[in-house]
Amino acid sequence: MKDMIKVGMADMKLCEPPDTITTVGLGSCVGIVLYDMRTKLCGMIHIMLPDSTKIKNNANRAKFADTAINDMIENMKKKGSVKHNIVAKIAGGAQMFGFGGDKMDSMRVGEKNVEAVKSNLSKYGIRILAEDTGLNYGRTIIFEPATGKLIIHTVGKSEKVI
Amino acid sequence: MSKIDLNDLSNMQYDVLSEIGNIGAGNATTALATMINKKIDIGVPHVKLVDFNHISTIIGSEEQVMVGILLMLSGDINGMMMFLLDEVIAKNLVNVLMNREEGSEVVFDEMEKSAVMEVGNIIAGAYLNSLSMLTNLTIDVSVPMLQIDMAGAILSVPAIEFGKIGDSVLLIETEFDDETRKEEAIRGYYILIPELDSYEKILESLGV
Repeated sequence: MKDMIKVGMADMKLCEPPDTITTVGLGSCVGIVLYDMRTKLCGMIHIMLPDSTKIKNNANRAKFADTAINDMIENMKKKGSVKHNIVAKIAGGAQMFGFGGDKMDSMRVGEKNVEAVKSNLSKYGIRILAEDTGLNYGRTIIFEPATGKLIIHTVGKSEKVI
Repeated sequence: MSKIDLNDLSNMQYDVLSEIGNIGAGNATTALATMINKKIDIGVPHVKLVDFNHISTIIGSEEQVMVGILLMLSGDINGMMMFLLDEVIAKNLVNVLMNREEGSEVVFDEMEKSAVMEVGNIIAGAYLNSLSMLTNLTIDVSVPMLQIDMAGAILSVPAIEFGKIGDSVLLIETEFDDETRKEEAIRGYYILIPELDSYEKILESLGV
Protein backbone atom coordinates (compact mmCIF):
# COMPACT_ATOMS: atom_id res chain seq x y z
CA MET A 1 0.00 0.00 0.00
CA LYS A 2 1.23 3.44 -0.93
CA ASP A 3 0.54 6.04 1.75
CA MET A 4 0.94 9.79 1.83
CA ILE A 5 2.50 10.82 5.13
CA LYS A 6 1.43 14.25 6.38
CA VAL A 7 3.82 16.61 8.11
CA GLY A 8 2.18 19.39 10.15
CA MET A 9 3.42 22.83 11.11
CA ALA A 10 6.50 22.57 13.38
CA ASP A 11 6.67 18.86 12.69
CA MET A 12 9.00 16.35 11.02
CA LYS A 13 8.69 12.79 9.76
CA LEU A 14 10.60 10.10 7.90
CA CYS A 15 9.39 8.37 4.74
CA GLU A 16 10.51 5.50 2.51
CA PRO A 17 9.31 4.38 -0.95
CA PRO A 18 6.70 3.57 -2.09
CA ASP A 19 5.14 6.08 0.32
CA THR A 20 5.18 9.81 -0.37
CA ILE A 21 5.34 12.67 2.11
CA THR A 22 3.65 16.07 2.10
CA THR A 23 3.23 19.30 3.99
CA VAL A 24 0.34 21.61 3.16
CA GLY A 25 0.12 25.39 3.00
CA LEU A 26 3.68 26.55 3.56
CA GLY A 27 3.61 30.33 3.89
CA SER A 28 6.58 31.94 5.54
CA CYS A 29 7.52 28.54 6.95
CA VAL A 30 10.08 26.45 5.08
CA GLY A 31 9.67 22.82 4.05
CA ILE A 32 12.95 20.91 3.99
CA VAL A 33 13.42 17.51 2.39
CA LEU A 34 16.54 15.59 3.35
CA TYR A 35 17.06 12.70 0.96
CA ASP A 36 19.46 9.80 1.06
CA MET A 37 20.21 9.22 -2.62
CA ARG A 38 21.54 5.71 -1.94
CA THR A 39 18.88 4.20 0.34
CA LYS A 40 16.02 6.49 -0.81
CA LEU A 41 15.09 7.22 2.80
CA CYS A 42 13.87 10.79 3.22
CA GLY A 43 12.82 13.12 5.98
CA MET A 44 10.55 16.14 5.68
CA ILE A 45 10.60 19.07 8.12
CA HIS A 46 8.20 22.04 8.37
CA ILE A 47 10.06 24.73 10.30
CA MET A 48 8.52 28.02 11.46
CA LEU A 49 11.42 30.01 12.88
CA PRO A 50 15.11 30.38 12.09
CA ASP A 51 16.92 30.05 15.40
CA SER A 52 16.10 28.15 18.60
CA THR A 53 18.75 30.01 20.60
CA LYS A 54 16.84 33.30 20.23
CA ILE A 55 13.63 31.91 21.78
CA LYS A 56 13.07 31.04 25.42
CA ASN A 57 10.38 28.43 24.89
CA ASN A 58 12.29 26.17 22.48
CA ALA A 59 11.31 22.67 23.58
CA ASN A 60 9.68 21.85 20.24
CA ARG A 61 12.81 21.12 18.21
CA ALA A 62 10.95 20.65 14.91
CA LYS A 63 9.94 24.32 15.00
CA PHE A 64 13.40 25.76 14.40
CA ALA A 65 15.77 25.44 11.44
CA ASP A 66 18.85 24.69 13.57
CA THR A 67 17.46 22.02 15.91
CA ALA A 68 15.18 20.39 13.32
CA ILE A 69 17.94 19.89 10.73
CA ASN A 70 20.29 18.52 13.38
CA ASP A 71 17.69 16.07 14.69
CA MET A 72 16.57 14.91 11.26
CA ILE A 73 20.15 14.10 10.26
CA GLU A 74 20.49 12.08 13.49
CA ASN A 75 17.19 10.27 12.79
CA MET A 76 18.34 9.36 9.30
CA LYS A 77 21.71 8.15 10.59
CA LYS A 78 19.88 5.86 13.01
CA LYS A 79 18.08 4.36 10.02
CA GLY A 80 21.39 3.68 8.35
CA SER A 81 22.00 6.83 6.29
CA VAL A 82 25.50 8.18 5.84
CA LYS A 83 25.76 11.96 5.86
CA HIS A 84 27.60 12.30 2.56
CA ASN A 85 24.72 10.57 0.74
CA ILE A 86 22.18 13.07 2.03
CA VAL A 87 21.06 15.95 -0.18
CA ALA A 88 18.33 18.55 0.33
CA LYS A 89 15.47 20.21 -1.51
CA ILE A 90 13.74 23.19 0.06
CA ALA A 91 10.58 25.23 -0.58
CA GLY A 92 8.59 28.00 1.10
CA GLY A 93 9.80 31.05 2.98
CA ALA A 94 7.40 33.43 1.26
CA GLN A 95 6.54 36.89 2.47
CA MET A 96 2.78 36.49 2.69
CA PHE A 97 1.88 40.09 3.50
CA GLY A 98 3.28 43.48 2.58
CA PHE A 99 5.41 42.05 -0.23
CA GLY A 100 7.35 44.70 -2.12
CA GLY A 101 6.33 47.45 0.28
CA ASP A 102 8.01 48.73 3.39
CA LYS A 103 9.82 45.83 4.93
CA MET A 104 8.46 45.44 8.41
CA ASP A 105 10.71 43.16 10.38
CA SER A 106 7.98 40.77 11.47
CA MET A 107 6.96 40.30 7.84
CA ARG A 108 10.45 39.24 6.77
CA VAL A 109 10.48 35.98 8.71
CA GLY A 110 10.23 33.91 5.50
CA GLU A 111 13.46 35.35 4.19
CA LYS A 112 15.19 34.76 7.54
CA ASN A 113 13.93 31.18 7.63
CA VAL A 114 15.40 30.44 4.20
CA GLU A 115 18.76 31.98 5.17
CA ALA A 116 18.86 29.93 8.37
CA VAL A 117 17.97 26.69 6.57
CA LYS A 118 20.75 27.27 4.03
CA SER A 119 23.40 28.11 6.59
CA ASN A 120 22.48 25.10 8.75
CA LEU A 121 22.55 22.74 5.78
CA SER A 122 25.93 24.05 4.74
CA LYS A 123 27.17 23.63 8.30
CA TYR A 124 26.55 19.89 7.95
CA GLY A 125 27.92 19.86 4.41
CA ILE A 126 24.55 19.01 2.85
CA ARG A 127 24.10 20.14 -0.73
CA ILE A 128 20.85 21.78 -1.85
CA LEU A 129 19.83 20.16 -5.13
CA ALA A 130 16.87 22.41 -5.80
CA GLU A 131 14.82 25.16 -4.16
CA ASP A 132 11.65 27.13 -4.71
CA THR A 133 11.68 29.83 -2.08
CA GLY A 134 10.70 33.43 -1.36
CA LEU A 135 8.22 35.54 -3.34
CA ASN A 136 4.72 36.06 -1.97
CA TYR A 137 2.62 32.95 -2.28
CA GLY A 138 1.87 29.77 -0.33
CA ARG A 139 3.06 26.35 -1.38
CA THR A 140 2.00 22.75 -0.79
CA ILE A 141 4.81 20.26 -1.35
CA ILE A 142 4.83 16.52 -2.01
CA PHE A 143 8.04 14.50 -2.12
CA GLU A 144 8.39 11.12 -3.80
CA PRO A 145 11.42 9.32 -2.39
CA ALA A 146 11.13 6.67 -5.13
CA THR A 147 12.03 9.26 -7.80
CA GLY A 148 13.53 12.09 -5.73
CA LYS A 149 10.98 14.53 -7.20
CA LEU A 150 9.56 17.41 -5.18
CA ILE A 151 6.17 18.51 -6.49
CA ILE A 152 4.98 22.02 -5.64
CA HIS A 153 1.36 23.20 -5.78
CA THR A 154 0.41 26.86 -5.61
CA VAL A 155 -2.88 28.73 -6.00
CA GLY A 156 -3.51 29.88 -9.56
CA LYS A 157 -0.24 28.56 -10.98
CA SER A 158 0.59 25.30 -12.63
CA GLU A 159 2.30 22.47 -10.81
CA LYS A 160 6.05 22.69 -10.56
CA VAL A 161 8.50 19.80 -10.12
CA ILE A 162 11.98 20.41 -8.80
CA MET B 1 7.91 36.25 33.93
CA SER B 2 4.56 36.85 32.38
CA LYS B 3 1.57 36.35 34.59
CA ILE B 4 -0.73 35.07 31.93
CA ASP B 5 -0.33 31.46 30.89
CA LEU B 6 -2.07 30.75 27.61
CA ASN B 7 -2.35 27.07 28.44
CA ASP B 8 -4.06 27.78 31.70
CA LEU B 9 -6.48 30.70 31.40
CA SER B 10 -8.88 31.21 34.27
CA ASN B 11 -12.61 31.27 33.53
CA MET B 12 -12.62 34.98 34.27
CA GLN B 13 -9.81 35.72 31.81
CA TYR B 14 -11.50 33.55 29.25
CA ASP B 15 -14.85 35.34 29.67
CA VAL B 16 -13.29 38.78 29.40
CA LEU B 17 -11.44 37.88 26.21
CA SER B 18 -14.66 36.45 24.75
CA GLU B 19 -16.48 39.63 25.64
CA ILE B 20 -13.84 41.70 23.89
CA GLY B 21 -14.36 39.56 20.81
CA ASN B 22 -18.08 40.08 21.13
CA ILE B 23 -17.99 43.84 21.46
CA GLY B 24 -15.30 44.27 18.80
CA ALA B 25 -17.05 42.03 16.33
CA GLY B 26 -20.39 43.68 17.09
CA ASN B 27 -19.05 47.09 16.13
CA ALA B 28 -17.17 45.78 13.14
CA THR B 29 -20.22 43.97 11.87
CA THR B 30 -22.40 47.04 12.24
CA ALA B 31 -19.88 48.92 10.11
CA LEU B 32 -19.92 46.16 7.52
CA ALA B 33 -23.71 45.93 7.49
CA THR B 34 -23.99 49.68 6.95
CA MET B 35 -21.52 49.51 4.12
CA ILE B 36 -23.31 46.77 2.20
CA ASN B 37 -26.78 47.66 3.41
CA LYS B 38 -27.62 44.16 4.65
CA LYS B 39 -28.49 42.77 8.01
CA ILE B 40 -25.70 40.63 9.41
CA ASP B 41 -25.80 38.27 12.36
CA ILE B 42 -22.73 37.56 14.38
CA GLY B 43 -22.01 34.30 16.06
CA VAL B 44 -20.91 33.72 19.61
CA PRO B 45 -17.22 34.63 19.83
CA HIS B 46 -14.84 31.82 20.58
CA VAL B 47 -11.65 32.09 22.51
CA LYS B 48 -9.67 29.09 21.46
CA LEU B 49 -6.24 27.82 22.14
CA VAL B 50 -5.40 26.04 18.92
CA ASP B 51 -2.48 23.78 18.28
CA PHE B 52 -0.39 24.79 15.23
CA ASN B 53 -1.45 21.65 13.43
CA HIS B 54 -5.09 22.57 13.71
CA ILE B 55 -4.98 26.29 13.10
CA SER B 56 -6.28 26.20 9.55
CA THR B 57 -8.66 23.33 10.08
CA ILE B 58 -10.84 25.51 12.35
CA ILE B 59 -11.71 27.51 9.26
CA GLY B 60 -11.79 24.72 6.72
CA SER B 61 -9.10 22.86 4.92
CA GLU B 62 -5.55 24.15 4.75
CA GLU B 63 -5.73 24.43 0.98
CA GLN B 64 -9.02 26.32 0.85
CA VAL B 65 -8.44 29.63 -0.91
CA MET B 66 -9.11 32.55 1.41
CA VAL B 67 -8.75 36.29 1.33
CA GLY B 68 -6.81 37.55 4.32
CA ILE B 69 -6.48 41.17 5.37
CA LEU B 70 -3.80 41.80 7.93
CA LEU B 71 -3.28 44.90 10.05
CA MET B 72 -0.40 45.37 12.42
CA LEU B 73 -1.19 46.82 15.83
CA SER B 74 1.14 49.01 17.82
CA GLY B 75 0.92 51.51 20.67
CA ASP B 76 -0.25 50.10 24.00
CA ILE B 77 -1.32 46.88 22.32
CA ASN B 78 1.05 45.12 19.97
CA GLY B 79 0.02 42.32 17.68
CA MET B 80 -2.06 41.66 14.63
CA MET B 81 -5.64 41.73 13.55
CA MET B 82 -6.76 39.51 10.73
CA PHE B 83 -9.97 39.57 8.78
CA LEU B 84 -10.55 36.38 6.85
CA LEU B 85 -13.05 35.63 4.12
CA ASP B 86 -13.58 32.72 1.81
CA GLU B 87 -12.60 33.71 -1.74
CA VAL B 88 -16.11 33.11 -3.07
CA ILE B 89 -17.58 35.28 -0.31
CA ALA B 90 -15.06 38.03 -1.03
CA LYS B 91 -16.17 38.02 -4.65
CA ASN B 92 -19.80 38.40 -3.57
CA LEU B 93 -18.76 41.25 -1.34
CA VAL B 94 -17.00 42.97 -4.25
CA ASN B 95 -20.16 42.67 -6.36
CA VAL B 96 -22.24 44.23 -3.58
CA LEU B 97 -19.74 47.05 -2.98
CA MET B 98 -19.34 47.88 -6.63
CA ASN B 99 -23.02 47.69 -7.37
CA ARG B 100 -22.60 44.87 -9.80
CA GLU B 101 -25.16 42.19 -10.41
CA GLU B 102 -25.03 39.28 -7.98
CA GLY B 103 -22.99 36.40 -9.33
CA SER B 104 -20.96 38.56 -11.76
CA GLU B 105 -17.55 37.17 -12.56
CA VAL B 106 -14.94 38.81 -10.34
CA VAL B 107 -11.24 39.03 -11.09
CA PHE B 108 -9.13 40.35 -8.24
CA ASP B 109 -7.47 43.33 -9.90
CA GLU B 110 -6.22 46.42 -8.12
CA MET B 111 -9.71 47.92 -7.96
CA GLU B 112 -11.31 44.83 -6.41
CA LYS B 113 -8.41 44.32 -4.02
CA SER B 114 -8.54 47.88 -2.85
CA ALA B 115 -12.31 47.60 -2.29
CA VAL B 116 -11.84 44.52 -0.10
CA MET B 117 -8.93 46.17 1.71
CA GLU B 118 -11.07 49.20 2.44
CA VAL B 119 -13.70 46.91 3.95
CA GLY B 120 -10.96 45.38 6.07
CA ASN B 121 -9.79 48.81 7.09
CA ILE B 122 -13.21 50.04 8.14
CA ILE B 123 -14.27 46.98 10.06
CA ALA B 124 -10.92 46.49 11.74
CA GLY B 125 -11.09 50.16 12.69
CA ALA B 126 -14.52 49.64 14.25
CA TYR B 127 -13.35 46.51 16.07
CA LEU B 128 -10.23 48.14 17.44
CA ASN B 129 -11.92 51.42 18.32
CA SER B 130 -14.31 49.62 20.61
CA LEU B 131 -11.42 47.69 22.15
CA SER B 132 -9.52 50.92 22.65
CA MET B 133 -12.50 52.67 24.27
CA LEU B 134 -13.20 49.72 26.52
CA THR B 135 -9.66 49.37 27.78
CA ASN B 136 -8.58 52.98 27.55
CA LEU B 137 -5.48 51.78 25.72
CA THR B 138 -4.10 53.36 22.58
CA ILE B 139 -4.01 51.17 19.51
CA ASP B 140 -2.34 52.34 16.32
CA VAL B 141 -3.19 50.43 13.19
CA SER B 142 -1.04 49.96 10.07
CA VAL B 143 -2.39 50.19 6.55
CA PRO B 144 -4.15 46.96 5.63
CA MET B 145 -2.28 44.29 3.68
CA LEU B 146 -4.15 41.83 1.51
CA GLN B 147 -3.36 38.32 0.37
CA ILE B 148 -5.35 35.71 -1.53
CA ASP B 149 -3.93 32.26 -0.95
CA MET B 150 -4.30 28.92 0.83
CA ALA B 151 -5.69 29.21 4.36
CA GLY B 152 -2.64 27.39 5.73
CA ALA B 153 -0.20 29.84 4.17
CA ILE B 154 -2.15 32.91 5.29
CA LEU B 155 -2.52 31.61 8.84
CA SER B 156 1.18 30.75 9.01
CA VAL B 157 1.81 34.46 9.60
CA PRO B 158 0.02 34.69 12.96
CA ALA B 159 1.16 31.14 13.78
CA ILE B 160 4.80 32.19 13.50
CA GLU B 161 4.20 35.16 15.81
CA PHE B 162 2.82 32.77 18.42
CA GLY B 163 5.58 30.28 17.64
CA LYS B 164 7.96 32.64 19.38
CA ILE B 165 6.21 32.05 22.70
CA GLY B 166 4.66 28.59 22.48
CA ASP B 167 3.19 25.83 20.38
CA SER B 168 -0.35 27.05 19.99
CA VAL B 169 -2.29 30.13 18.96
CA LEU B 170 -4.84 31.95 21.09
CA LEU B 171 -7.60 33.11 18.82
CA ILE B 172 -10.44 35.44 19.60
CA GLU B 173 -12.55 34.45 16.67
CA THR B 174 -15.98 35.63 15.66
CA GLU B 175 -17.96 34.37 12.74
CA PHE B 176 -20.61 36.44 11.02
CA ASP B 177 -23.26 35.64 8.51
CA ASP B 178 -25.79 37.72 6.61
CA GLU B 179 -29.48 37.16 7.15
CA THR B 180 -29.94 35.05 4.05
CA ARG B 181 -27.75 32.24 5.41
CA LYS B 182 -27.54 31.09 1.85
CA GLU B 183 -24.39 29.84 0.24
CA GLU B 184 -23.62 33.31 -1.05
CA ALA B 185 -24.10 34.84 2.40
CA ILE B 186 -21.39 37.25 3.50
CA ARG B 187 -19.48 35.24 6.06
CA GLY B 188 -16.07 35.56 7.59
CA TYR B 189 -13.83 35.66 10.63
CA TYR B 190 -12.15 38.29 12.72
CA ILE B 191 -9.04 37.12 14.48
CA LEU B 192 -7.36 39.28 17.09
CA ILE B 193 -3.81 38.26 17.83
CA PRO B 194 -2.26 40.34 20.60
CA GLU B 195 1.25 39.62 21.77
CA LEU B 196 1.51 37.97 25.18
CA ASP B 197 2.38 41.21 27.01
CA SER B 198 -0.57 42.89 25.37
CA TYR B 199 -2.96 40.25 26.69
CA GLU B 200 -1.85 41.19 30.17
CA LYS B 201 -2.34 44.87 29.45
CA ILE B 202 -5.83 44.23 28.13
CA LEU B 203 -6.81 42.13 31.12
CA GLU B 204 -5.19 44.50 33.60
CA SER B 205 -6.92 47.55 32.11
CA LEU B 206 -10.22 45.79 32.73
CA GLY B 207 -9.27 44.93 36.28
CA VAL B 208 -8.85 41.20 35.73
